[in-house]
Amino acid sequence: MATDHFPIEAGHIMLFARSIGDTNPIYHDAGAAAETEPGHVIPPPTFVQASAQFTEGYNLRPEPGQPWFGSGKEPTGVQRAPGGEGGGTGFHAEQHYEYHAPIAPGDVLRAVDKQGKSWEREGRRGGTLQFSESITEYYNQDDVLVVTARSVGVQTSRVVE
Amino acid sequence: MALSKSELSVGDTHEEVVVEDLTRTQIIQYAGASGDYNPLHTDEIFTTQVAGYPTVFAHGMLSMGVTGKMLTNLVGDGRLTKYGVRFVNQVWPGDTLTAKATVDAIREEDGETLVDLSVSTVNQDGAEVVKGSATARIDG
Repeated sequence: MATDHFPIEAGHIMLFARSIGDTNPIYHDAGAAAETEPGHVIPPPTFVQASAQFTEGYNLRPEPGQPWFGSGKEPTGVQRAPGGEGGGTGFHAEQHYEYHAPIAPGDVLRAVDKQGKSWEREGRRGGTLQFSESITEYYNQDDVLVVTARSVGVQTSRVVE
Repeated sequence: MALSKSELSVGDTHEEVVVEDLTRTQIIQYAGASGDYNPLHTDEIFTTQVAGYPTVFAHGMLSMGVTGKMLTNLVGDGRLTKYGVRFVNQVWPGDTLTAKATVDAIREEDGETLVDLSVSTVNQDGAEVVKGSATARIDG
């Protein structure tokens, strides 16, 4: 998920922490965060996933005037081609992070995507499974590598039972 | 508060209930904060009528996020050096998730003291939904 400009914002960190039910003050209270070991607000460990907000043309965000596959008048705004995908679904299979340096509000990260491996196997519940890996390196405004993310996605050939 | 080596032994466990009766609203909160607006997580009509699932289900990253809360509560702020998971089973509205960390090793590397943890989150039926590992810096 590449994005050239991922501004780290205190309000965004607060909303993200709320969404995972984490009330730790280091995620929303600058005064309390100043008394902690990091000494400032930090994001929760999975926060860089929210770089999607700043990824241009991200396919899981509706865009004005563009068809969207969720429901409106109809159950989906995008008709599948007849004989098409067969009910398969893309899933997130694995996610791994390495943390190299601290992140703080005011930082601006840049993500560099690298294609990883891909492989296929027969699944028990979702038919044939196609796996693909991507590696994203997040650098801050000083070109310091702060986080390495490795994501594995899987595409099933039918609905998971 | 960070952990110190003297407080830890291999085999120690730490467990927290990280979500109780997961609501669709919390899944929507996660969609809004993370930017992953896949309707499979928030749009009941699409998910049941088009995708063919019984109801919406949580983002894998929401399960990883709530599990991470248990980890940071255990190891302290800014102490994780690695955290990775596999998404083993789907998480549904109404689920209650309990996340557990087990101390696998305490070791020294490049002048730092590290703890290796295995991580497992289960639902109210005991089915594992997230399985992974983490490493954190601890006080020597």
